[in-house]
Amino acid sequence: MSLFTPLLSILIWLPVIGGIALLAIGDGSDAGSSRASVMRIAALAVSLITFLLSIGLYTGFDAAAADMQFVERHAWIATLNIDYYLGIDGLSAPLILLTTFVTPLVVIAAWDGIRVRPAQYFAAFLMLEGLMIGVFSALDGILFYVFWEFMLVPMFLIIGVWGGDRRIYATLKFFLYTFLGSVLMLVAFIYLYRQTGSFDLLGFADAPLALAAQKLIFLAFLLAFAVKVPMWPVHTWLPDAHVEAPTGGSVILAAIMLKMGGYGFVRLSLPIVPDGSAYFAGLMIGLSLIAVVYIGLVALMQKDMKKLIAYSSIAHMGFVTLGFFLPWHIGGDSGAALGVSGGMVQMVSHGLISGAMFLCVGVLYERVHSRRIADYGGVANTMPAFAAFMVLFAMANAGLPGTSGFVGEFLVIVASFKANFWIAFLASSTLILGAAYTLWMVKRVVYGEIANDKVAVLEDLNGREFLVLGILAAAVLLLGIWPAPLVDMMNVTIEQLLAQAAASKL
Amino acid sequence: MLDYYLIIVFSPLLAAALAGLGGRRIGRAGAHTVTILGVGAACVLSFVVLYRMYWGGAPAENINLYTWAVSDGLRMEIGFLVDRLTALMMVVVTFVSLMVHVYTIGYMREDPGYQRFFSYISLFTFAMLMLVMANNFLQLFFGWEAVGLVSYLLIGFWYKRETAIFANLKAFLVNRVGDFGFLLGIAAVVLFSNSLDYAEVFRQAKSISQQTIEIIPGQPYNAMTVICILLFIGAMGKSAQAPLHVWLPDSMEGPTPISALIHAATMVTAGIFMVARMSPLYELSVTALGVVIVIGAVTAFFMGLLGLVQNDIKRVVAYSTLSQLGYMSVALGASAYGAAIFHLMTHAFFKALLFLAAGSVIIAMHHEQDIRRMGGIRRYMPITYWTSLIGSLALIGVPGMSGFFSKDLLIEAVRQSHWQQTDTWVYWIAYLSVLLGVFVTALYSFRMFFLVFHGETRADAATRSHLHETPWVVTAPLVLLAIPSAIIGWITVEPILFGGFFGGAIVVAPEHDVLARLGVEFWHGSLGLVAHAVVTPVFWLATAGVATAWFLYLKRPDIPETLCRRFKALHVLLERKYYFDELWIRGFAGGGRRLGDLLWKKGDQFLIDGMLVNGTANSIARLAGILRQLQSGYLYTYAFAMIIGLTMLLGWLVWLQ
Repeated sequence: MSLFTPLLSILIWLPVIGGIALLAIGDGSDAGSSRASVMRIAALAVSLITFLLSIGLYTGFDAAAADMQFVERHAWIATLNIDYYLGIDGLSAPLILLTTFVTPLVVIAAWDGIRVRPAQYFAAFLMLEGLMIGVFSALDGILFYVFWEFMLVPMFLIIGVWGGDRRIYATLKFFLYTFLGSVLMLVAFIYLYRQTGSFDLLGFADAPLALAAQKLIFLAFLLAFAVKVPMWPVHTWLPDAHVEAPTGGSVILAAIMLKMGGYGFVRLSLPIVPDGSAYFAGLMIGLSLIAVVYIGLVALMQKDMKKLIAYSSIAHMGFVTLGFFLPWHIGGDSGAALGVSGGMVQMVSHGLISGAMFLCVGVLYERVHSRRIADYGGVANTMPAFAAFMVLFAMANAGLPGTSGFVGEFLVIVASFKANFWIAFLASSTLILGAAYTLWMVKRVVYGEIANDKVAVLEDLNGREFLVLGILAAAVLLLGIWPAPLVDMMNVTIEQLLAQAAASKL
Repeated sequence: MLDYYLIIVFSPLLAAALAGLGGRRIGRAGAHTVTILGVGAACVLSFVVLYRMYWGGAPAENINLYTWAVSDGLRMEIGFLVDRLTALMMVVVTFVSLMVHVYTIGYMREDPGYQRFFSYISLFTFAMLMLVMANNFLQLFFGWEAVGLVSYLLIGFWYKRETAIFANLKAFLVNRVGDFGFLLGIAAVVLFSNSLDYAEVFRQAKSISQQTIEIIPGQPYNAMTVICILLFIGAMGKSAQAPLHVWLPDSMEGPTPISALIHAATMVTAGIFMVARMSPLYELSVTALGVVIVIGAVTAFFMGLLGLVQNDIKRVVAYSTLSQLGYMSVALGASAYGAAIFHLMTHAFFKALLFLAAGSVIIAMHHEQDIRRMGGIRRYMPITYWTSLIGSLALIGVPGMSGFFSKDLLIEAVRQSHWQQTDTWVYWIAYLSVLLGVFVTALYSFRMFFLVFHGETRADAATRSHLHETPWVVTAPLVLLAIPSAIIGWITVEPILFGGFFGGAIVVAPEHDVLARLGVEFWHGSLGLVAHAVVTPVFWLATAGVATAWFLYLKRPDIPETLCRRFKALHVLLERKYYFDELWIRGFAGGGRRLGDLLWKKGDQFLIDGMLVNGTANSIARLAGILRQLQSGYLYTYAFAMIIGLTMLLGWLVWLQ
């Protein structure tokens, strides 16, 4: 059921154009100027309108339909059969909604914390939002690639301009990793174009491919997506990027940009190279389990809160890739979709929880200017409301039932038991590890006697911070208590995806 | 009765929200009023439900409330299964909770976290009710983890204390080790039945038990055995069975009311309840029952021994709780589920009483908890004294008291259980543990009782001058709990154990059904059992325990000291709690941290970053130089570079055409 209004285009270009406008006007002399405060109101307005419009995607979405919805298709570069081709299904719609939901929160969170070039900061986030929505809705290979690459630019700037002391190293690492990965993806697209005669991503699925070609294409995709997720062992850019990024950058990075990798697997790898996916499924499961166990242990030992949450993100994203590649190891007639659903739910949930965790660290950082766990202790004494939120999100991060963090992990663990006892065994270790690294941090930061003078003078959340964390808390609880609306959105699409993935091309 | 269930479950939740989020608008009085009303309503209606179920003959109800999610044909629902087992648990939970709410007014009177405390205990009541009323494994797990959360929050209630926030982290993590098994058990249930719904899983129980699973390739295990043992690992965490018991004594760092409510009467019995609820599954795996009974026996006896060397009044009661939970597990393993639940109920009353009485002493002693500094308190606190006496007598099973009926019949059930024929090793381990445990129970109970209430007052003069009975909000719950601790056994033993009280809620295989056999061959009414008591070893062991305590701690207090010196190794072993803390803290937690450090420093930093990434990065250091210049912050530069790159690629493509 597609509306006649080009809703997806509006969702992409409204924030991009809004961002360009903000850049063009600029913020005048300094952050305190009245023009700067007009700019942030404008940024908030644009992101809120984008969010409100995106609700139309939810209300207009037909969960029973397996086809792409809200489709827009126009010839773009006719000689090469490249189209401006957009559309969404049950895999992309939840991620777009996540994007439009989180962006206004990031804008509010940065309200008066950004002193340098605030207009450009907000502009970067707006443009980033549009480009990310573009990635989730593009159905043409070149369009997808353009969004995919351009999305890096604002994030690169956010870290490079507003980041911490070692931001040059972090941006360089971030850039090299992600760029090298995606170039190979473009090569794979070009190969597929030569096979099918167009860049239609859905059409790629029909390309007849020999196993050798499928393996190579899978590996090309893998490099692009594994870096984004990130999967072990190409994950080390993430902790560095997070540590140097400003709070808003960390939130968007964790909440949405990591999801690009997971989305890439289900949108491209599984349907286009099913036999390649089958061939490498064991490897993928292995890498996912390493992410859960190895990274979980590494997270335990972090001394920097942002690094800890970054490692926690990698471990949680391990559940996403685990869920996606379980189907080939599940015999019998049911269970495969559980894993993929679980992985998808985990992406949305992790977006909310990790975003909230980074915001919590941001709240502390703004006051104390330290991310080191050892610089805190007894924060609950001076910031009781903050402590309540922090404990709630920590519990969600530890996968407590009743929060969204539980849903995806539960589905994936149930599915993995259908595949193999030991896969489930290793995956379930997150119950212990996730609780250990998260709650140990909470113990050292939130609880205890007031550790130092800086903690003693901390002021509790202001109304703005309370609002942002409160909205995220409500979302985390709602999804935990009633995930059906989210899961229902995806069921039909996932069934179709699994049918494609199960159909061998050989 | 769905509307009743909804009120029972959600009024404590609503009250918790009001008390917790209401802030100054609701105030301290508002917080305790609203939560007591909420839990009071739940309690009254729970009694109504039990009444209708038992006397009114209302049938068991299985109602789905809403669909949590559906994926891949697996329906995940939230709903209630209310039968007589559930109704009994609801009554026990809400009644003890109500008593604890009232008591808290007195106990926490001066605490700045007053409102937060009421909010937490009400939230706990909600979570526990969700657990016992669940009709499916998903909701069971929700309740299971939610009570764990509240337990975590309450153990760490005094969050400034290092010991408290260590204890709550430890409690949560050890419970998570159990939940690790529990969640795998639930996943196994889904694997074999493709359902989370109790009724559906029970319906398929027979066919599940005929399947196998190869955990080690080439080694098929019975599916039901695997499911039941995995689920029981969860119960071992929550119900603090060895070796996952280590968190419970430390949980005493929390305020005393929650030690009574959560860490004695209700939450820790969740594992026992769960196994009883899953009796249709456990009955199909003798192996799993064997695991349950042996773990229970070890817990019952060896944890009781630890109670003998504790000097903290709450920790003595805590080890007693561990031991009694072991008794309940033994009953489960002997297929005497009814006896386990019956003991769970009587224990809830007298153990809550003992904890609250201990709390009463602690208030009077100005938060002194060391029994070596007490003594002679009887004279100052008559109500606390008498109610403690009733609780202690009930605990050691003096004929006529509630604990007598539950423990005596539990031991008799073990003695006559099918294990006598099926496995003599298991049989003797279980039977001797519960039998000798009686002596140990009496000894540690009355050691504490005599040291606290009798003899000379060892408190300093300042404390002594303030020593007086606690206010009525403290003593009223003591009296109200003392009544059932004394008489509930008389009244309910016959219907619950021999009158088919549980109906279809508990399923026992005919060849295992020891309670049915006892009902025919052994049971001659409450009075008969009391009369019979004097010829049983149980009675004499308990008496001997009390007499020994009297002799050692009142008559000849020098002997225990001599014994400690003479058997130093044994004493140290007990004082160090068999070194289980070292195993968990040094072994697992320390090992995990060392491994994490190794992986981080050698894996991530040295191998991946040092060798791979930075090696690559160095070789393109010149590129870095260029990039640094680009760092000027002009968006256009980057966009331009991207566009040029893309144009070149597309141009190449056109050229290929």
